[in-house]
Amino acid sequence: MDEPRSDTARPSLGDLLAGDTVRARVQVDSWQAATEAAGQLLVGAGLVEARYVAAMRHVLQELGPYVVIAPGIALLHARPDDGVLAPCLALITLSQAVEFGSEQNDPVDLVFALGAVDKTAHIAALQELAGLLMEPQVLERLRSAADDQALLAAIQSALISKGRES
Amino acid sequence: MRIVTLCGMGFGTSMMLKLFVDDILKAEGIKAEVIPTDLGSFKGLNADIIVAPTDMERHVKGVRGHLALIHNLVDKVEVKEKVMSAIREFQAGKPN
Repeated sequence: MDEPRSDTARPSLGDLLAGDTVRARVQVDSWQAATEAAGQLLVGAGLVEARYVAAMRHVLQELGPYVVIAPGIALLHARPDDGVLAPCLALITLSQAVEFGSEQNDPVDLVFALGAVDKTAHIAALQELAGLLMEPQVLERLRSAADDQALLAAIQSALISKGRES
Repeated sequence: MRIVTLCGMGFGTSMMLKLFVDDILKAEGIKAEVIPTDLGSFKGLNADIIVAPTDMERHVKGVRGHLALIHNLVDKVEVKEKVMSAIREFQAGKPN
């Protein structure tokens, strides 16, 4: 059963990174397959239309690997009008890192797929995400999570300890 | 002073960069307008400073404005160093 969502208009990171959009140790052999795997989680959860996945791939093909925002971390997304139905975020960790073509930040083993409906609804969640990704020990816990449950637990405990700080 | 943070779409990476830059400006007591934007619209904004991921370098070459190219977007130290260096260049009136 779904947890009650705090505010559907401005969901928190905990609202977005829930059980249906988080997968650990996914096996893929290319950035295309990684994009597909992360995107299909959003499609399966009814959060984006199927065409959104191709749109995210297209962004990478057209604009290059800047979506690899930090060593090993990709933040994929396309436009709201590419078929986003609700603000959403998926995370997959890869059992083997793949090349995205980033000169400095390859290979990638943490893949986030973001869907925004406008310029503001996802900002609170994005801010929380940025806060977590700054913490090397959080990255380490995400990467070492052996299964989906452990990955979810790692996210939740990181959010709780972050919440205590602020 | 007008700072733009740049990504392909103007929703994800550029928004994350804006959040960081806003924090830096606040901590340093510097007033500036920070606009997250996409490749299609940033040239019309006449920014004084452009903050972008390193992998976007080829898209911003030759554009007017002081550049801060970021390699690791979640490295607070790197973002701060590069943004402050671009701000100081701008404030010193260096040509770009």
